[in-house]
Amino acid sequence: MDEKKTAWERLQLVHTKGRPTVSDYIPLIFTDFYELHGDRHYGDDMAILGGIGRLDGRPVTIIGQVKGRDLNENKECNFAMPHPEGYRKALRLAKQAEKFHRPVICFIDTPGAFCGVAAEERGIGEAIAKNLAEFMTLRTPIISIVLGEGGSGGALALGVCDDLAILENAQYSVLSPRGFASILWKDASREQEASEIMRITAEDMVTLGVAEAVIEEPLGGAHNDLDKISENIKEYLSQKIPEKCEKDIDVLLKERYTKFRKIGEFLD
Amino acid sequence: MFEDFFDVVKKRFNGGSEEEYKPPMFKCPRCQQLSPLSRYEELHRVCPKCNYHGRLSAQERISITLDKDSFKEFDADMKSGNPIDFPEYMEKQEQLRESTGLNDAVVTGTATIKGSPVVVGIMDSRYMMGSMGSVVGEKIARAFEYATENNMAVVMFTASGGARMQEGIVSLMQMAKTSGAVKLHSDKGGLYITVLTDPTTGGVTASFASLGDIIIAEPKVLIGFAGRRVIEGTIKQRLPEDFQLAEFMHEKGFVDMIVERRKMRSVLSHLLKLHGYDKKEV
Repeated sequence: MDEKKTAWERLQLVHTKGRPTVSDYIPLIFTDFYELHGDRHYGDDMAILGGIGRLDGRPVTIIGQVKGRDLNENKECNFAMPHPEGYRKALRLAKQAEKFHRPVICFIDTPGAFCGVAAEERGIGEAIAKNLAEFMTLRTPIISIVLGEGGSGGALALGVCDDLAILENAQYSVLSPRGFASILWKDASREQEASEIMRITAEDMVTLGVAEAVIEEPLGGAHNDLDKISENIKEYLSQKIPEKCEKDIDVLLKERYTKFRKIGEFLD
Repeated sequence: MFEDFFDVVKKRFNGGSEEEYKPPMFKCPRCQQLSPLSRYEELHRVCPKCNYHGRLSAQERISITLDKDSFKEFDADMKSGNPIDFPEYMEKQEQLRESTGLNDAVVTGTATIKGSPVVVGIMDSRYMMGSMGSVVGEKIARAFEYATENNMAVVMFTASGGARMQEGIVSLMQMAKTSGAVKLHSDKGGLYITVLTDPTTGGVTASFASLGDIIIAEPKVLIGFAGRRVIEGTIKQRLPEDFQLAEFMHEKGFVDMIVERRKMRSVLSHLLKLHGYDKKEV
């Protein structure tokens, strides 16, 4: 692991063109993948992809935020910024996974939920809230992995899980450093300073009890060796999924709740 | 003539103070009109011109909503730590504690409303814009857990700018924590009523504020996820005036009813009774 990098340098890596996306990983980690579409209420949000496939032969449900690899793809997936129907699709597939006793694997990679008129009109707040509540008691194991950007409530809506892993250079934050600087200091140009102060790195997530594991990236970043990084992700999943599936579901749910329940710092 | 002269003298004599005496005015953030502050306060901070329901302190909310002396506070002394060692966070809070008399942005406890027992949470936007950090998350989770254990209903008055930036990712996790606690309460059959007050935005909208069995809003309050300016920046155009107001959210199907402050106590009491909470022994 390359531990010398600053949060800012890692952030640059996350935004490097060619950083693998969920669409790159799926064929290398899973077999028999079938994509499923739509939330059954409004539409099909291309910013969130979902489907079923196999991990080491075991049927699993896969949900992830989609980043485009070029401008056309990015237009199609709205730069990985989901609308409410994306989160509702995710919830539908999670519920389906519960029904068929399949574990759920979520890939987080978003700057945040989309900030627009349609998103507000269709209840982006409600859609995120619903996922947080429903995933907390979903009676099947959930593993989430932050691939690149884990931005705000839009990321957390796929992040209520039993174990969270984060790629070595990925970030997870309450808001993008740019947004943070602009809100707190009224100066978006202090982005770099914000990134260093906010505690957004993979290592920070483990320290703060948000993530359980860091997945090592190839030297120089995930984009340098897609096969290697896919192998590392798969290795993590191949170990974690059977482990969680063996657990009594009521114990698992208690642990899931406790994991989030104990995050926070206060004096009683 | 002498009388005129006296008038002039009188005017000069009193003139200064006559000009100085202007009743303090309230400028409504919705209709931009001025009303005497005393009138606005007499109406418990409701704009006499447009019915905008202004911001109340937690203390004011308690006194107009709950039965007299029925409120018993939970975790009154809980104070925030500094999970990401954010510069000047502790100092800022110390100042706010002095100026507001609050220890953080939410007050929780048990009370009765026209005799029906209930767990209540009341957010106060004067404390760091009602933002949700460790203390808000913990107090709300504990309030729901208490209600779950004791088969009580919960009423939450929300007012928040969203997640507390100064606590970084830890504040984001409070959304999961509170939503989880709401879900466990709901799964056990508990009634949860949300009252959205001005403003309810960001991470609070995207967590416990949107999860009520019944969602009430006060008239003309701001309700949304993303901030207005952020959206205007994204779409590069001005948004209509009523965008993200209670009435807009009601029209879009995210608010069950808009209830005026003067009727809130009686509506809450009726809803609690309709769910049988007046008869439950606590």
